Amino acid sequence: MNQVAHLAQRSITRTLRQPILFVPSLIFPLFLLAVNASGLDAATSLPGFPTDSYLTFAIGLTFMQGALFAMMGAGQSIAGDIQHGFFSRLQLTPLRGSSLIAGQLAGVTLQGLIQAVTYAAIALAFGAHLEAGPLGILVLFVLSAFVGLAFGSIGLAVGLRTGNGEAVQGVFPLMFVFLFLSSAALPRDLIQADWFQTAATINPVSYLIEGFRSLFVTGWDGEALALAFGVAAAVFVLGMAAASAALRTRMERT
Amino acid sequence: MEGLNGKLGNNGIEVEGLVREFKKGPRAVDGIDLVVHPGEIYGFLGPNGAGKSTTVHMLTTLLPPTAGTARVAGHDIVKEGPAVRDAIGVALQEAALDQFLTAREHMRLQAGMHGIPKAEAMRRGDELIERVGLSDAADRKVGGYSGGMRRRLDLALALVHEPRVLFLDEPTTGLDVQSRTALWDEVERLAKDEGVTVFLTTQYLEEADALADRVGIIDTGRIVAEGTPDDLKAEIGRPIVEAAPLDPGELDRMAATLARFGTPERADRGHTAVRLDEGTGELAEVVRALDTEGIAVRELEIHAPTLDDVFLAKTGRRLEGAEAEQPTGEQEVVPA
Repeated sequence: MNQVAHLAQRSITRTLRQPILFVPSLIFPLFLLAVNASGLDAATSLPGFPTDSYLTFAIGLTFMQGALFAMMGAGQSIAGDIQHGFFSRLQLTPLRGSSLIAGQLAGVTLQGLIQAVTYAAIALAFGAHLEAGPLGILVLFVLSAFVGLAFGSIGLAVGLRTGNGEAVQGVFPLMFVFLFLSSAALPRDLIQADWFQTAATINPVSYLIEGFRSLFVTGWDGEALALAFGVAAAVFVLGMAAASAALRTRMERT
Repeated sequence: MEGLNGKLGNNGIEVEGLVREFKKGPRAVDGIDLVVHPGEIYGFLGPNGAGKSTTVHMLTTLLPPTAGTARVAGHDIVKEGPAVRDAIGVALQEAALDQFLTAREHMRLQAGMHGIPKAEAMRRGDELIERVGLSDAADRKVGGYSGGMRRRLDLALALVHEPRVLFLDEPTTGLDVQSRTALWDEVERLAKDEGVTVFLTTQYLEEADALADRVGIIDTGRIVAEGTPDDLKAEIGRPIVEAAPLDPGELDRMAATLARFGTPERADRGHTAVRLDEGTGELAEVVRALDTEGIAVRELEIHAPTLDDVFLAKTGRRLEGAEAEQPTGEQEVVPA
């Protein structure tokens, strides 16, 4: 536990000392939110659209984008450690692999949380409505941190596997495909093209976005939240398994 | 070779037939044998790509050997990796520091990884930071440190858990003379005062000569010579004395006088030279003989063999600039 605490402290310290990291992860999702909210507001007049505020509807995508930035942060951080030799320094200590992964993810979780607080504060200030009320805020932050952690573990796996920050960046556009083939822009039942509706239905990212969205639009939707936490848990398990396997390969020490 | 039987106790290094091959690559280390005695400073000298860093990576457990065995601090590097890591301190070629952390934070992190209790970690950290002269910069982020400061912090970090064996991989590369001398002093102090065994790789002849009790010269993965710097140089040849008389007309008489002490050698115009039969110990007698003959001396130089001469004799190439001659395929490949 001591090792985890030390590595977590390092990870958090690094995160807080690089405010520049937050610039793209705050500006880009909020800019896209502003564009969507103003440009696609007419979509709220579609029959069956769940809210009369596209800002309230679109905020789910913003939280999901934040998780992808957290993923990038985790991957690039470990890849940087490998490239610059810090990983070797750690390997020369009695470091346990599990401690390294847990410690690294601490900073990612904090990043996800800071982003979530900022997104929520700005969206609410500009008129978004949180149907789930004050307790919903708490659940929103917990879900944000968990989704950030889950995708952070994927980033960690890619970073450990490749040891290259540019390779981690290469995953980002791929993840954006999942974002755009989801229910980010419209509720699934309002998507007209069959192939798109099918893609959005089998795309796990849809359920994460819908989980965030449910707190704003519906209030307390147990099914949507369970699906969101469930998908996040599945991504987390997959990410951790991949990260552990990559770490075993990377830690060639005897 | 004393064999890998743990005779060297808990702070020696014993290596036998160590080999490392890389996939689709060369034999970076090709069957080396060596022994480093407790408290000794062993200089591992060779050009870039010779196999120095690959050897260090194997001995520090970062890289499994393809063949051969080694014991460090009494532990097998393959079977007892954790015990080896516990006993060694390592400063790798690049001082791998986190530019966003301060020196004090680095010390706490390193101590924490070794399971040193917080109070002890703080005390030890402060002591080491002071010893390497970084007290004034201890709370500054290392991103703003000079190369010398980074190296000194790297050394301090390697010492935080009081290792019995210290590996320094080209510790002074890129440092100015002042920083290099300060680091040498600290390494010497560690070996002499604290009995730490030091395995030091370097491509600087001067460093190996000044610091190492014994030197192993490695080239293309093989140790081509080993011994004390003086023994290695003596093996290559005796020193040459070259002199010039104040009066050029005395050149022949000076040559005849010097010839009493050894074999004549080629010399610059207006000079005469002789390779001393009995080594540098004869130098005083040479000067006395010239004085007795009444020959006034304008110049007198002694050319002692260098480790570069040793390298030249063993490999046919000079060590200085040898890295430029290394074929691409023989560059060292070590994990990041």
